[in-house]
Amino acid sequence: MFYYILRRVLYTIPIAIGVSLVVFALVHLAPGDPLSAVMGEVDQKMLAEMRASFGYDKPLPVQYIIWLGSALTGDMGYSLRTGAPVFGTLIDAAANTMIIGTAAALLGFIIGATFGMLAGYNHGAWLDKVVSSATIAGVSVPHYWLAILLVIVFSVQLGWMPAMGAGSAASILSWEAWKHMILPVIALAAIPCAIVARTARACVMEILSMEFVEALRARGLSERRILLHVARNALPTVLAVMGLQFAHLLGGSILVETVFTWPGTGYLLNLAIFDRDIPVLQGTILLLALFFVSINLVVDILQTWADPRISRG
Amino acid sequence: MKPAGTDKIMLPFGADSGRPTAVEVPVGSVVQRTYWENVWRRVTRDPFTVACALVLMAIAAAALLAPWLGLPEPTLTDSARRLLPVGSPGHILGTDELGRDMLSRIIHGGRLSLMMGIVPVLIALMIGGSAGLIAGFVGGRVNMLIMRVTDVFYAFPSILLAVAIAGALGAGIGNALLAITIVFIPPITRVTESVTTQVRSMDFVEAARASGAGTLAIIRTHVLGNVLGPIFVYATVLISVSIVISAGLSFIGLGASPPAAEWGLMLNTLRESIFLAPLNAILPGFMIFITSMCFNLISDGLRSAMDVRL
Repeated sequence: MFYYILRRVLYTIPIAIGVSLVVFALVHLAPGDPLSAVMGEVDQKMLAEMRASFGYDKPLPVQYIIWLGSALTGDMGYSLRTGAPVFGTLIDAAANTMIIGTAAALLGFIIGATFGMLAGYNHGAWLDKVVSSATIAGVSVPHYWLAILLVIVFSVQLGWMPAMGAGSAASILSWEAWKHMILPVIALAAIPCAIVARTARACVMEILSMEFVEALRARGLSERRILLHVARNALPTVLAVMGLQFAHLLGGSILVETVFTWPGTGYLLNLAIFDRDIPVLQGTILLLALFFVSINLVVDILQTWADPRISRG
Repeated sequence: MKPAGTDKIMLPFGADSGRPTAVEVPVGSVVQRTYWENVWRRVTRDPFTVACALVLMAIAAAALLAPWLGLPEPTLTDSARRLLPVGSPGHILGTDELGRDMLSRIIHGGRLSLMMGIVPVLIALMIGGSAGLIAGFVGGRVNMLIMRVTDVFYAFPSILLAVAIAGALGAGIGNALLAITIVFIPPITRVTESVTTQVRSMDFVEAARASGAGTLAIIRTHVLGNVLGPIFVYATVLISVSIVISAGLSFIGLGASPPAAEWGLMLNTLRESIFLAPLNAILPGFMIFITSMCFNLISDGLRSAMDVRL
């Protein structure tokens, strides 16, 4: 088990390097260097000086090494638009994304796992039919559209919630701050909720058809105890899906954050794209991707803990 | 041969009682069907799948025939008739923020939205499918190389990767198509590789090899036949995802650009009008939702008809 985990940890290193290469290569796909896009028509001599000061005059492999080296030490350069250090901006935005991402994950996972398990357990009953239809709708719904629907119903028609922003509350524990979070959290939670419910349902159905369940019944265990056994066996699969969905939540919140102008990484990325603010763009994508890689690692380790057969396989 | 029907035969031990029992068995000319005939029969007898296929065909046919349906020009603005509500005379689905006919724009919008949903998956299917087949069939170092590169791209959440590529390349339909294609190549490669590896180790492939069949012949007759089903099911799921993501790119301004009719873009421009005409603002997103859900349901139907596990 220890060696399995060690191997898995070591394996993330080449992946992380690959990810950083892709992120670096991405911004150099576009023609011209980052500065010419921002500066427009300026004095050639000044442009050359600017280039040198940002390091854009060096060959690409050298630029990559320098960029990666400083990124590792927390120095991601300065925003071309605001001049602020990218790292600080990024940390603030990441905290905001983390808040709604975690809340959405909790909401979606609890509802999804509960109803998914109940549906799988009562296969064929009306509850199962309702849950199955809801999950199909949930995995197909464009979450940015759902966000707009929520705004129309709860902000425009009913006037219960604010339509955008994070509010100006000093503490995230106040109702003022919560009010701004509710709609984005629901919009974000829909897809993970549906996917977790789907997985839990399929998983429970499969486990219920296994022989050990028959054996438990034969021994006269109560249905509640049996359900507990089933849940324990479904845990590794459901856990893996939850981890993946949590990572997708944080990386994929860009569209929802754009609808609500929620000041997180997605909104930051959106601004950086349209301002052609390359350092911010690179930094945000790198941070989100590395975060995704590390969550996958944690999920794999948790999975071997929940199902030791994996590490021996 | 006896005519088709049933015949009674005696079993020494019945299934229920353990005593000699008579059971009915089919005899005579039993209809022989191929695997794909069976799949087709099962799919066409599933009312949900058929209904979804019909809805999709209707949307696609309307989109394809849009220029010949006698609709107003989708880009024709009319500043005097802006944001007419749904159900207005002459504009059944109302008008948008520039007075353009919503019905016409939704039907015309289907052209771009469907194209941007389907084309990337098809291209990714060709590239990722070939890569997965090669990786699965050749194995060894080639497999290592292909699958490690796939792992790196897998390390990005799909929406983030699509936004990042499209954002780096700049707005435009071509760039959005390219971005979504790149996003879908790794998952298709992975699924194809895993199915191919499973099929390759089966006895009938070994038997074919032992009887002297060449690699290409084995791939064509044995591997492809067994790989296509699961890949096809997977591709329909990906189309439903692709429609949502590509419209999402246009929604944040990275795909189609005004004044084009495209569902994601329409959703974006109508977002300003949710106070005045909420129903109009919802419509384009509803189309994305319905189309995506139909592809999802069809994929579910195919999955159970083919008995595929992914």
